[in-house]
Amino acid sequence: MKLTLHTQPEVPLEVEVLNSTQLADKTVEEVAALTVFHGNREQLLGDFFTVEGKVKDNQLELEGDLSRVKLIGLGMSEGTLKITGSVGAHLGAEMTGGEIVVSGDAGDWVGREMSGGRITIKGNAGHMVGSAVRGASMGIQGGEIIIYGNAKNELGNGMRRGLIAVGGNTGDFTGVNMKAGTIIVLGQLGQRSGAGMVRGTILSTNHAQLLPTFTYNTTYKPTFLKNILFYLRKLGLPIEDAHINGDYQRWSGDSIELNKGEVLLFVDD
Amino acid sequence: MFIKSTEIIDTFAEAFGMWGTRVIITAETPKWANAAARAMTGFATSVIGCKCEAGIERELLPEETPDGRAGVSVLLFAFSAKGIEARLVERIGQCVMTCPTTACYNGLPEATETVNVGGKLRYFGDGYQASKMLGNQRLWRIPVMEGEFLIDESFGVQPAVGGGNFLVLGENLKITLDAVEEAVEVMKIPNVILPFPDGVVRSGSKVGSKYKALPASTNDAYCPSLRGCAPKTDLPENVSCVLEIVIDGLNEAAVAESMRLGIQAAAREGVVQITAGNYGGNLGQYHLQLHKIMQGAS
Repeated sequence: MKLTLHTQPEVPLEVEVLNSTQLADKTVEEVAALTVFHGNREQLLGDFFTVEGKVKDNQLELEGDLSRVKLIGLGMSEGTLKITGSVGAHLGAEMTGGEIVVSGDAGDWVGREMSGGRITIKGNAGHMVGSAVRGASMGIQGGEIIIYGNAKNELGNGMRRGLIAVGGNTGDFTGVNMKAGTIIVLGQLGQRSGAGMVRGTILSTNHAQLLPTFTYNTTYKPTFLKNILFYLRKLGLPIEDAHINGDYQRWSGDSIELNKGEVLLFVDD
Repeated sequence: MFIKSTEIIDTFAEAFGMWGTRVIITAETPKWANAAARAMTGFATSVIGCKCEAGIERELLPEETPDGRAGVSVLLFAFSAKGIEARLVERIGQCVMTCPTTACYNGLPEATETVNVGGKLRYFGDGYQASKMLGNQRLWRIPVMEGEFLIDESFGVQPAVGGGNFLVLGENLKITLDAVEEAVEVMKIPNVILPFPDGVVRSGSKVGSKYKALPASTNDAYCPSLRGCAPKTDLPENVSCVLEIVIDGLNEAAVAESMRLGIQAAAREGVVQITAGNYGGNLGQYHLQLHKIMQGAS
């Protein structure tokens, strides 16, 4: 099934119904008649999207500038959602399985509190990728988020498990309050990365200014990184051989917490 | 049936249902991957005396391993999945984790049954161990003095075949040794190992003993030095040396193919007979018929 945006919403459009699980077995007419929220007003999905075909093999395609469309793929549990264009906030929030691929950029809160599946953003992403909502302590609890471009602040806030990889730079407070899991940043980390982290790994292939509550341990070649970087390369993220085979500084922290987290910084010879 | 001048006896090798696993060991250099693999597969010739049978399947190129380093593939067999778990914990813990720069991975990721190995060895980390999820795979990082030992939490196990065999009956030691050495070289195919020293065993056994405590004892019917005093002998007059090759495999077809290649290579002038060890067909669930295996061979 393919949905193409024909009318740009004037205010954010919330489309909680837009995932392959919810649309399975529905006709074009039934899908067009589903309720969405345009701001605080109820409208029909068909008021904004042209709907074609049926959901086949759990595959769904979206097309258009969806940067004002929120909650695409909410709670998705299986299937594939392919999006040509950019998307708004809360993409793949609370997702438990399946795969979402976005050809453009994504807004804030990509994969917030997800626990399975994979989200791939070919462009940039906003703030709070893989994070917990305000007031909650647990962010992403499983699954993978791959961002080819940059991401903004508080990526992986409260992250509990899973893998977030960023091809470019991240903003401030990357991995803040992280409980566990892995964040790979192939560009530059923002300020105060790992603040309040308990366990888990933050890696950067560039130098970073860390908080004084992080302690240098050693410079070595962590074997597990090779596995993760090969895995990401297989998924299509460009990984340089030097980053797979090179040395990394290991810093442990945050000592205001359990001090069992680590920041790994690539050492460029 | 004859291959060259060697008679292939119309009999069968009696093999047993076992459980098998594959372990991938990697290291910074092939030297250390091999060192760990050799240590891990030491004292693992016979499940009766060693609790498991193990051997090196082959060396792996960097592009064949999960971390892109040189590696070695090891197969290990035991009578139960639980037995494999216990042996892996012992042998990986003592022989692989201890070896510089190594990491250890599940070589049967498609297996439906798994045993917990890294999940037990992780306690060596004394609370500093950390796990990493990669897809559905959980890896444990155990800090060691040289860096970190990385190991899969679970290892796949599957039903397997142990105890495929054949005996090479030669006119003298040199001819027989030459025959089995050349046979072993061609028998190293995927999914099989030859658990005895360089693949060859000289102390073939029969079931039972005059001593009650022993479950097995020397196969006197094939000992040339007992030709005149044992209750019976299975040796032709011109045979003065017998060597056996034992094969364990992840499936029956691989064991049979390895045997076929080995028998073909061992047959030659001076090798009088090639036969196989069995217990009358009452103990093992696999009967590997030599003639059937050799069909199609010259």
